[in-house]
Amino acid sequence: MANAERASAELRQMDDLASSVSPIHSLHPLAKLIVTISYVLATVSFDRYELTALSGMILYPAALFALSGIPVRTCLHKLRFVLPLVLAVGLFNPLLDRTPLFRLGTVTVTGGVVSMLSLMCKGAFCLAASFLLAATTPIDALCAALRRVRVPSFLVTLLLLTYRYVSVMLDEVSVMTTAYRLRAPGQKGIHISAWGSFLGQLLLRSMDRAQSLYESMLLRGFTGEFRYAEGRRAGLRDWIFVLICLSAFALCRFVDLPALIGGLLVR
Amino acid sequence: MHMADALLAPAVAAATFAATGVTAGVSIHKLRKDDDTAKLPTMAVTAALVFAGQMINYTIPGTGSSGHLCGGMLLSTLLGPQAGFLSMIVILTIQCLLFADGGLMALGANCWNMAFYGCFVGYYLIWRPIIRSGLFSKLGEKAAVRARIILASVLGCTVTLELGAFSVVLETTLSGITELPFGAFCALMLPIHLAIGLVEGLVTSAILIFVFEARPELLQEVSAREKGLRGRQSLKSTIIVLAVLAAVIGGGLSLLASSNPDGLEWALFGNKDAGYAENMALDEESYGVQSGAADAAQTIQDKTSVLPDYAFPDSESAAGTTVSGLVGAAVVAAAAVGVCALGGFFRKRKQRS
Repeated sequence: MANAERASAELRQMDDLASSVSPIHSLHPLAKLIVTISYVLATVSFDRYELTALSGMILYPAALFALSGIPVRTCLHKLRFVLPLVLAVGLFNPLLDRTPLFRLGTVTVTGGVVSMLSLMCKGAFCLAASFLLAATTPIDALCAALRRVRVPSFLVTLLLLTYRYVSVMLDEVSVMTTAYRLRAPGQKGIHISAWGSFLGQLLLRSMDRAQSLYESMLLRGFTGEFRYAEGRRAGLRDWIFVLICLSAFALCRFVDLPALIGGLLVR
Repeated sequence: MHMADALLAPAVAAATFAATGVTAGVSIHKLRKDDDTAKLPTMAVTAALVFAGQMINYTIPGTGSSGHLCGGMLLSTLLGPQAGFLSMIVILTIQCLLFADGGLMALGANCWNMAFYGCFVGYYLIWRPIIRSGLFSKLGEKAAVRARIILASVLGCTVTLELGAFSVVLETTLSGITELPFGAFCALMLPIHLAIGLVEGLVTSAILIFVFEARPELLQEVSAREKGLRGRQSLKSTIIVLAVLAAVIGGGLSLLASSNPDGLEWALFGNKDAGYAENMALDEESYGVQSGAADAAQTIQDKTSVLPDYAFPDSESAAGTTVSGLVGAAVVAAAAVGVCALGGFFRKRKQRS
């Protein structure tokens, strides 16, 4: 995350995506949370050499992208944060694990190549799943769902408040960096003489702001806990969605579907 | 240093989630008990500020590159370790959900690696002893505090970042994800994070010094010090500081001194007396070379690693991962409770005295 403006734009984009309308958006947030977590668990639990069986798991994000109308490109764009570390870890596998697994024409495929590919697939799939959760569920709804599963209200309230202030702070920081850049052309970042005062100034101002914010919250009757508007209860539709997804994950996990399909086609 | 879901086995993810959850629970309990819930807006605003502050590039003089801010240390010095830890969890959650930086299942591990060390280890073992100590007192009152802030934040950021990077390696290896040997992976991760930690520490100290000049009462410990709430602990805390310093320098030197590229692995498993060779079922001959460097590294290992006698699973064996994950869960959770209890204990005693 190199600059505040881009981060702020990204945040707004996620907000826009989450507030659009689709069959997936209208599902109960708790149902989506359960499904996403089970998906991630199922995906990660595949063995490192089960690349073919793992490939079946792509169906869930694909279906959700299709149903919710979220553009895949936005998701691919987000891969840039997570993939480097995954790559750094996986890149050595082909060099270190040279057990030949099978031949593809004249090329021998080693265990290392397969495990590297499956690692990257897992990374991308899990990321897509959590991206879809965030892109189809507004943060308030997600927080209400977290309260439902007994995440402490202190933490959830803190999450909501911080989320509100992140965009304010990002805007402040981006205004400040723009001003700084205009006065210091050709300089890559903040000069050492301003290291402390740059963020320090904002920090002091923000602490004061937080104080008056808290006072105004108290004046409006804040007692330490937010009240969430009682959203609709999880209905039949939501549970059917959970049931279908969980059984599909279990099927993919325990039966090597791609191999079965392949077996039907190739004799 | 954000880990993706793919880098963790479910058992390890569950273990770190449990550890983070317990620590968070204890922290919330502590804040509630102290009736610090009034801090909530301050926490939120500061967390948002640190989040935004991480986007700022700081030019490192003399080089073309730039550095960023170290969140955990800054937050715990401004808010206290418990509130700092909770704020870091929130920052990491927002990064994970809205920026896809780190995975949902890996959130527990990320919180542990980046928030726990920075907030609790950094605060209780480095920040507080150094600020309370009588170091640099020859320089005069103000300059001494300033020097202590620089030392504490640079040391704190470096040590906690190294611990975090070490945990990333440990968690990935325990998950059986990579073919890379433990030692080589460490050699890859630790030096990079040493450099990053150094720069982050400098940026953090610059900000803290600014805050100190303008509003010293905002900094934890510094204000207590000015009110004269200190004194007796200076010898003890100085010793702690020196021990941490020695551990860092010793660890760095022993890594450099070792001609064996798998220095850490060798140090970790090559000690027959501690029974590590048995755990690993490794050939003692190939690892058990005795040397001063190995001994030093062994001591460091015992100090820094949360789980020194962990049975590393065979990369193929899923059962091994599960068992060690469960053992790890217990130990890590116990450590979390221990550290939190320790912090509370010290603070209570201070108030009474």
